[in-house]
Amino acid sequence: MFNETVLKEIEEIKARYPDRRSALLPSLYIAQREFGWLSREAMESVSKALNVPEARVRGTASFYAMYKHKPVGRHLIQLCTNISCMILGAEKLVDFLGTKYDVQPNGTSRDNRFSLVIMECIGACGTAPAMLVNTDFHDNLSEKRIEEILDKYK
Amino acid sequence: MEKFLLKNIENPDSADINEYLKAGGYKSLSKALGIEPKDVVEEVKNSGLRGRGGAGFPTAMKWKFAMADPKFPKYLICNADEGEPGTFKDRPILEKNPHLLIEGMLISGYALGSEFGYIYLRGEYPDANDILNGAIKQAYEKNYLGDNILGKGVKFHLSVHQGAGAYICGEETALIESIEGKKGQPRNKPPFPVNVGAWSMPTIVNNVETLSNLPYIIEIGGEAYSKIGSNECPGPKLFSISGHVERPGVYELPMGISLKDIIYNHAGGIKNNAKLKAVIPGGISTPVLPPDSIDCAMDFVSMPKAGSMLGSGAVIVMDDSVCMVKVTHRALKFFEHESCGKCVPCREGTDWLRKILERMESGKGTEGDIELLLDIAGNMSGKTFCPLGDGAAGVVTAMIKHFRDEFEEHIKNKKCSLADSY
Repeated sequence: MFNETVLKEIEEIKARYPDRRSALLPSLYIAQREFGWLSREAMESVSKALNVPEARVRGTASFYAMYKHKPVGRHLIQLCTNISCMILGAEKLVDFLGTKYDVQPNGTSRDNRFSLVIMECIGACGTAPAMLVNTDFHDNLSEKRIEEILDKYK
Repeated sequence: MEKFLLKNIENPDSADINEYLKAGGYKSLSKALGIEPKDVVEEVKNSGLRGRGGAGFPTAMKWKFAMADPKFPKYLICNADEGEPGTFKDRPILEKNPHLLIEGMLISGYALGSEFGYIYLRGEYPDANDILNGAIKQAYEKNYLGDNILGKGVKFHLSVHQGAGAYICGEETALIESIEGKKGQPRNKPPFPVNVGAWSMPTIVNNVETLSNLPYIIEIGGEAYSKIGSNECPGPKLFSISGHVERPGVYELPMGISLKDIIYNHAGGIKNNAKLKAVIPGGISTPVLPPDSIDCAMDFVSMPKAGSMLGSGAVIVMDDSVCMVKVTHRALKFFEHESCGKCVPCREGTDWLRKILERMESGKGTEGDIELLLDIAGNMSGKTFCPLGDGAAGVVTAMIKHFRDEFEEHIKNKKCSLADSY
């Protein structure tokens, strides 16, 4: 369950809205920050903190692609392969990540260093291909650029 | 053209309130607070401003519907869920010019009699989240937000609501569901959000760029603003250009500029002098155009006449290395993934279309597949709950209309001749 500090943080978020359920999406972000991913315990904690039925918490969370629905590696790579990225070579980069870093879409490398999620447009089409590593933006990607960038994420 | 929406963004500290004030920021707010709310609405009406999210609905008219509803409180939501693939036009405002958006929301809130605003920000923009929260904090400190703004007795509170990766939340009723802590599934209309929106109260949902135009309208006056760009759709417009052009990026240009001019003049033409094959003019939900159709005016009224839509003004340029079946397949993979599952024609239709395109692209297409695609698209069009399904159907229909020979080749030759080119 959440500690006092986190509960206070959630109380502050609740105050922004006319009803408590509206704090659900931000609370799920907090839960995955605290628990690493949206585990059963994470969602139970949200349910208790907001007094919203657990089924609703799980039902809502499962709708959204950016929540971590299973444990992820130390670093989360979110690579875009939508059209602007695709026509500039993003699909080959997916293959490269598999060969070089042992990470497949929706999977985690065996050394637990990287997880990979394929994204639907991250709004960096002008500097495609692009990816987020955790919350850092990286664009104009090539195999060489990816090697340089990922070197910093141990 | 003098820049307004992207003014000052070369300044590395442009997101700081002091830099914004130095560049003349928040003056339009003072001016607006000095006149009656109804006169602010009148200025916006005279400006001819249309919503920049994609639909192009006249902004003042939307406001008036909400104002005519006697219920209070009224909510103002900024749609910053910019998810239409190819679109990155709102990002420079959110990351470099957040106070322009906040000032626009304050002007809008004052006009509407709304005291509570939310910025629904897509989860894919973590930097913008930090920047907006920082800007909001600064605006509270300087008394541009709070219970007694600039000592005029005006109240407005603002916060960021972060989405979590669902394209459909760009649709305004789905966005409202999402802000209420639910799955982002569109609502039946009517009632419209202007009457029954967030928490069942009158709610205005306006796009980032729409709201960011308000300080300019107040500064120069509605009438002067209405003379910029095209007659029926005035004002500056942000275009995001990506794909095979020499200079991709976000450009602030007058509404109604020719698509050809954007590509060949502003974006520097086709990359490496390659041959142009196709242009998606307004984000991937808008119908594709062949090279001989790009001499068209980019505004909400002219583009349908040219066979497409302005959409979000996201221009995706493709040279002749691109396989149109592969592009269509990728687009449908997107629509299938993002379909919310609420209505059957969209949920099943996007899945069927994607499967047929997948087998075509992998050389397993069969005779009659093109007709099957058109049949399914025809059965989706106009029969889905929200525009997502319509968009998916329209993409397939337009691709086959303009590039039918490529679809036929895939079936005949049992392979994609461009499969490995990128």
